[in-house]
Amino acid sequence: MNGMVLEIFCLVLAAIGVFLQIVAAVGVVRMPDLLTRMHASSKAATLGAALIILAAGLHFGGTGPVVRAVLIILFLFITAPVAAHMIGRAGYRSGVKMADETVIDEYRPCVEDDADPGPGTDDHRR
Amino acid sequence: MTAFVDSAGLWLLGLLGLALILAFVRLLRGPNLPDRVVALDLMTTIGVAVCGVYAVTMDKLVYLDVAIVMALITFVGTVALARYLEEKSKR
Repeated sequence: MNGMVLEIFCLVLAAIGVFLQIVAAVGVVRMPDLLTRMHASSKAATLGAALIILAAGLHFGGTGPVVRAVLIILFLFITAPVAAHMIGRAGYRSGVKMADETVIDEYRPCVEDDADPGPGTDDHRR
Repeated sequence: MTAFVDSAGLWLLGLLGLALILAFVRLLRGPNLPDRVVALDLMTTIGVAVCGVYAVTMDKLVYLDVAIVMALITFVGTVALARYLEEKSKR
């Protein structure tokens, strides 16, 4: 009885995870813009994968599988925001156009400041 | 009971395949390189999810290790591509 409840709980977790993955994929196809596409993919896909891996760890039970599942979720949650930040920054700076519906772009002045470093400023980032 | 869970796992694998195909559409159509990098990143995240569902469905624990390696490798690849894009845009 207890095992059956656990199985159904894992199944529900995995189903929610798969739903989130499909939402992320549809968003990546349908969104108009690089940044909105990343908004769809990075959050929903990461949470979906984390839920599925958690369901797998609970399904197997025991120390080893749960530790592995926690490790995977930790990796995903640390690396996904960093990777998304780097792609977004690189994409913006390489001149990818934003969607026509965009209302405000607060990053543009910073980039223009960067392109023309004043006299005496030492650019360490290169 | 286990038969029910097994067939549900196959259904979930099919739906993940659908998500993979949708991400691949963006990989083919993406107008710029960053769009393609985002699509590749999403495809590897879906690959991690496929590994998890497959491990449960086929009852093979090894696939969780595969998922660990995939979660690490995708980060390195994405960061390398982002660095390449940024350096290229400086010239």
